Parts: sequence; C-alpha cells; structure tokens
Amino acid sequence: METHAVETALRWIVLVPLIGAAVNGLLVRRMPRRIAGLLACAAVGVSFALSVKVVLRLVGMDAEQRLVTDTLAPWLGLGPLHVNIGFAMDQLSAVMALVVSGVGFLIHVYSLGYMAHDAGYNRFFTYLNLFIFAMLTLVLGENLLMLFVGWEGVGLCSYLLISFWFNDEANAAAGKKAFIVNRIGDFGFLLGMFVIGTTLLPELHHGEGVFSFQVMREYAHLLGPVATLAGLLLFVGATGKSAQIPLYIWLPDAMAGPTPVSALIHAATMVTAGVYMIARMNFLYVLSETAMAVIAAVGAVTALFAATIALTQNDIKKVLAYSTVSQLGYMMLACGVGAFAAGIFHVMTHAFFKALLFLGSGSVIHAMSNEQDMRLMGGLRKKLPVTWWTFLIGTVALAGVFPFAGFFSKDEILWKAWSQGGIGLWLLGFLGAGLTAFYMMRLVSLTFFGENRASDEVKHHIHESPATMTMPLVILAVLSLTGGWLGIPHFMGGQNHFETWLEPVFHQEAAGHHEADLVQELEHGALGETVAVLATSAHVTHDVIEGLDHAGEEAMEWTLASASLAWALLGLSLGTWIYTKRQGLAAAGQRFAGGALHRVLLNKYYVDEMYEAAILRPGYAVSERVLFRTVDAGLIDGLLVNGSAILVAIVSALLRLFQNGRLRFYAWVFASGAAGFILYLTVSG
Amino acid sequence: MEVGLTHYLILAGALFLTGTAGVLTRRNSLIMFMSVEIMLSSVNIVFAAYSRASGDLSGHVFVLMNFAVAAAEAAIGLAILVEIFRLRRSVNVDDLNSLME
Repeated sequence: METHAVETALRWIVLVPLIGAAVNGLLVRRMPRRIAGLLACAAVGVSFALSVKVVLRLVGMDAEQRLVTDTLAPWLGLGPLHVNIGFAMDQLSAVMALVVSGVGFLIHVYSLGYMAHDAGYNRFFTYLNLFIFAMLTLVLGENLLMLFVGWEGVGLCSYLLISFWFNDEANAAAGKKAFIVNRIGDFGFLLGMFVIGTTLLPELHHGEGVFSFQVMREYAHLLGPVATLAGLLLFVGATGKSAQIPLYIWLPDAMAGPTPVSALIHAATMVTAGVYMIARMNFLYVLSETAMAVIAAVGAVTALFAATIALTQNDIKKVLAYSTVSQLGYMMLACGVGAFAAGIFHVMTHAFFKALLFLGSGSVIHAMSNEQDMRLMGGLRKKLPVTWWTFLIGTVALAGVFPFAGFFSKDEILWKAWSQGGIGLWLLGFLGAGLTAFYMMRLVSLTFFGENRASDEVKHHIHESPATMTMPLVILAVLSLTGGWLGIPHFMGGQNHFETWLEPVFHQEAAGHHEADLVQELEHGALGETVAVLATSAHVTHDVIEGLDHAGEEAMEWTLASASLAWALLGLSLGTWIYTKRQGLAAAGQRFAGGALHRVLLNKYYVDEMYEAAILRPGYAVSERVLFRTVDAGLIDGLLVNGSAILVAIVSALLRLFQNGRLRFYAWVFASGAAGFILYLTVSG
Repeated sequence: MEVGLTHYLILAGALFLTGTAGVLTRRNSLIMFMSVEIMLSSVNIVFAAYSRASGDLSGHVFVLMNFAVAAAEAAIGLAILVEIFRLRRSVNVDDLNSLME
C-alpha cells in the first residue's frame, strides 16, 4: 500500500509543474502577478518535496533493488512495438530529479525578485514551469522515447525563453539559432533510436517495451554490432543539447534570455541532458570503444577550447556561457573514459555553483541597470556584499579549490582521465582547469575590485538585490561549499558515497556475462587447456600487479590532486594580480603576436563565420538559385501552377466555339451526332 | 402491288428526313416547329406499321399517346413562340442567341 503511494508520487513529481504551467498559461491575462509567481514556485516546491519523498524510499531499499516505477498508460502498441507512458526512478534519476527540482525551485524564487518589473511576468513563470515539467520527464521517463519527449520539450522551452524578449530582433534570432542547432542534433538522436529499435525489435518477447531502459539493458549484448553507430548517433544529439563541438555555438547566444533562464536552463539543468543520456545509456557505450574515444576526445577538446574563448570575452554572461561549455566538456570527458559516476557528480556540483554564478551575475546586472559589459563595472564588492561573497564562493568552487564542491568532482574526472583515458586527455583537462581559474578571477576582478567605471547615472542606482534574490544565492553558496563532500574520494580517507550510490546503475552486468561466455567458449575449444592455464596465470599476475599498483596509485592520486589544486590557485592569483594590480600586463597580452591571438579568441575562433561561409552561404545560394528560382518559381509556379491554368484556358477557348448560341448549329451537331451513331451501329452491326 | 411494311417504312424515312432538313435549314422558328411535327408523324407511321405487321395492338396505343404528347407540345410550343414574338418582334432563330453567354 505504501509502495503504491510512492509510485503514484512519482507521476505527480512530473505532472504538478505541468498543472502549474497550464493554469498560469491559460489564465495568463487574468492571473494577478503575485499569485502567478507564487503558484509557479509552489508547483516546483511540491515536485521537490515529492522527489525527496521518493528518494528517501529508494534509500531504504537494498542497493541492487533501488527502483521505483510508475506506468500511467500504454502509449504505442504497433505490432511488436510497445511503448508505455511511464516514469522510473533509480539512483541516477534520483540525483537528476533532486538537482532539477531543487535548483529549479531556488531559481523560481529568485525570479520572483528578478522579473518583478517585467511585463511578461506571468508568461515567464508559465514557461519556467513548463520547462521543469519537460526536464523532469526527461530524467524520470522510463524509456528512451519518454526521454526524447522531454528532450524536445526542454528544447522548445529553451527557445521560448531565449527569445523571451522577442521585441528585440537579436533575441529572436538567438532563439531560432538555438532551436535549429538543437534540431540538427535531435536528428542524430532519432536515427540512433531507429538503429536501436530495428536491432532489438525482432529479438524481443511479445509485449516487452523495446525502448525501456531496463529491457535495452537486459538485451544490451545484442546491440554489440551496432553499438558504435547507435552510440555515435545518440552522441550527435548530445553535442547539440550539451553544447559540445561542433554544435556548441548556440549556447553563448542563448544568453540573450533573462538571467534566471541562463542559470536554470543553460547552465544547471537542460545542458546536462546530453551527459545524463550518455550515462543512462552506459550499457550501450561500454560496448563501443570507438564511441567512447570520440566522446572523450570531443569532451576534452571542448573543455580547453571553450576555456580559451572565455579568457577574452567582455560580457559577463558570455564568460559564464563559455565556462559552461567548457565544464560540459569535462562531464563528457568523464563519460568518455567510462567514469559515468564522476560525470554525473560534476553535473550536480556544477549545477550548484554555475547556477550560483549566473544568479550572482544576474544580481550584478540588476544592480548595474542591465549593463552586462564588465569593462563598465568594478568596485561592486562594497555595494553588493551578499552577491560578492556568494559569487566568490561560486568562483573558487568552479576553479576547483579544496574543499569546495568543484574540487572533488573535477579532480575525480581528471584522475579518471589520467588512469582510464591517457595523458593526452588529462593534459587537455588540466590546462583547461588552470584557464578556468584564471578567467573566473579576471571576471571577479573586473566586476568587484577597483573603481566603478559606470556613468554617474548608473552608479547612483547601484543597490543590493531584494531577499528573494539573495536567499537563493546564499543557499546555493552553501551547496557549492558542501555539495562535493558527498563524494570525498577513498585516497583522502572518504567513502565516495556518491559513486557507491550510483554504482548499481553503471554496473556492467551484460558486458561481464559476455566476457565470461567468451572464456568458457575458449576453454571448450581445442586449445582449451592451454588457454585456461594462460587465463589463470594472467589473472594471478594481474592481481599481483594490481596489489602493487594500489599503493602507487594512491600516491599518484595525491600528486595529481595537489598539482591541480596548486594549478587552480596559481590561476586564481594570476587572474587577481593581473586584473587589479597590473592592468598593463593584460594589455600586453592583448598585443601579443600583433594582437592576432587576442583577435582570434575575442571572435571565438571565427567559428560562427566559418559555419556561415561553409554551410549558411552555400545553403542560401542553393535555396536562392536552385530551390527558389528553378524549382519554386520555374517548375512549380511556372510549369505546374501557371501551366495548368494555361491548359484550362486553351481547352475552354476551344469548347467555347461550340457554345455560340445559334440554335441551328446545335441542331446540326445533334443531328450529325445521331447520324454518326446510327451509322456506327449499322456498320458494326 | 401489295402495300407492305417496307413501303410504310420508306414513307416514314422520307418524312423524317424532310422534317430533319426543315429543322436544319429554315430560320423561321414556326416552320422549324412544323418540321419537328412532321418528324413526329413519321415516327407514328413506323409505330403503326410495325404494330400491324406483328399483329400486336400496343403500337397503336403508342400512336394515340404520341398524339396527346404532340398536342400538348404544340400548345406549349406555340404559346412560347407567341411570347417570343411579342418580346422580340421576330421568330428568326438566328436572332435568339441571348443564351450564348
């Protein structure tokens, strides 16, 4: 009975924000502003409370059995294809649901203050609630198709919220860009789903849902031959949603939306959907070394690439946007080297401190009368004390300073990259980490230190934000400090509870069986004896080496952790020193190599321009010359539309000759027709 | 010479062609009307001739029926012609082309 209540709670986690969105959306013009905002907050608050309830239930179960499912209705039943509308919460979904509804709730509260003077207040909260609904569908859906519904839903909400102030052409364009780039990725996602579906469908028993994660996991061994193809196609979707090379270009532009949106959607939750999907499909990805290698490489390169761009941007939100792209790269890197738990750990800690940083920047922008250019800020430390302290905490957490949250997750990723990936991947990540510390301190120095460089008019209005905005900042700051303590690694004497918690999800049952089968097969073969002996001896040797390695491994972990901590501190101090005491050095840096390097970075490696030249221009040209002039104007308008009209005109002109109104002519025609008919009958007789 | 079915049919054919020629060549709608009546009469002759040849009286019934139809037709047709003449001061069919467009 109690289990039943918990299962039903699962559906309400998802549906309550939808109800909130529906009420606010349908009554958008009638609803008083206060009530609309509070209703939206309450809806997400209820979701969070229910998530906590279900998670507590999960905690009470045995580690291997932790799964709550709630099936609402059958959705598709086409021959062998069965898909249910249903939700499931396991350890992985639990983490994501808590982060989405928890951070989502804080950002809803923050928006009460931030959007207080906006004309589209009710519309804003409608979209936010709708987004939370879609995101929870994504993380709690029990099959790949439900995940895809959420995936598209968050894409839609992202579009609506980026172009929220659609009166400005640039915002509308940014929204369209995000939507179109995401659609390109989604196309890959769909193809990946088709590959999985066509491979598995013939093998299933009747009534099994082909896209259900549990079923797919059970039959994962059948996916071996298509694992690379399906994995890479799904990863294309992930590069779109999680802003990886080559589809990251929409995320920086997405900063056109209101700042709470940037915090919620484009930093804390939606952009981690790709990482979540790959972690969710881990049973598929471990079957393909190629796909994993591609993910790791793309992640590592993105991490460093975006960090270098962030060095030169002047818009406070653009810096944070590129920082997000870079951090998403770290998460992908973790998934690519098989450390899914570390990736999800970083998803969580990143959600805390990046939401904090974005909300902090929102507070700054709010105080500076909507100014976003850091060159016109400065000296805000005294005037915005709460924002300053929380922002500082977020910065050191992002930079990865012990004992803040970012240290544990980023260090875990770098260690796994070193031990399971290779020195190249580690080096890319390590360099990126130093740059992260540097550009964040540049941001902090330009914003909070020195003299204020704004106009007197703006200076006059600088004020600390209201409590609805500062309270979420404080809570997120506490989480940014403590969030990492869930995963204190073993070498530091911790238990790494986080990894232990997620372990059953990433436990490679299927792959293990496969290997055992293989060994068994070999043992029964002609070379059976020899192989068995070899296998045993190899196993023993492996164990011995592992034992010896263990001590060395721990020392290595200590070395790497200390190195990255020192590296982060170096980045932080350099950033502070250069941008407060030695502005000349920064200017010298800009002039380095004739200013070419700075120019390339400032213009984001001209990637947008390259896409424009390589894809957009040819696309426009083909559309203009072939599709428009030839096909549309020539073939369709000319031949088909006008052609059929001309044909009708000619035929009717001929027919009109007969209708001349002369009675005797009609009689003639009639008589000759009758005569002809009679003649025909007579002749053919 | 015995007058047989063939002779009646030749007469009927000649009358029908006369009527047809009248309809096709004359412009006066009254004459055209009379020509149509001649064609109708030729049909009546065919009915009567076949009826007699086959010894079946139902052909005669048709003839009587046709008289009634022809009388009704003549009454309505002539009334229409009178009205047309009052309207147009002419019964020449080449003038009556207002249905063309």
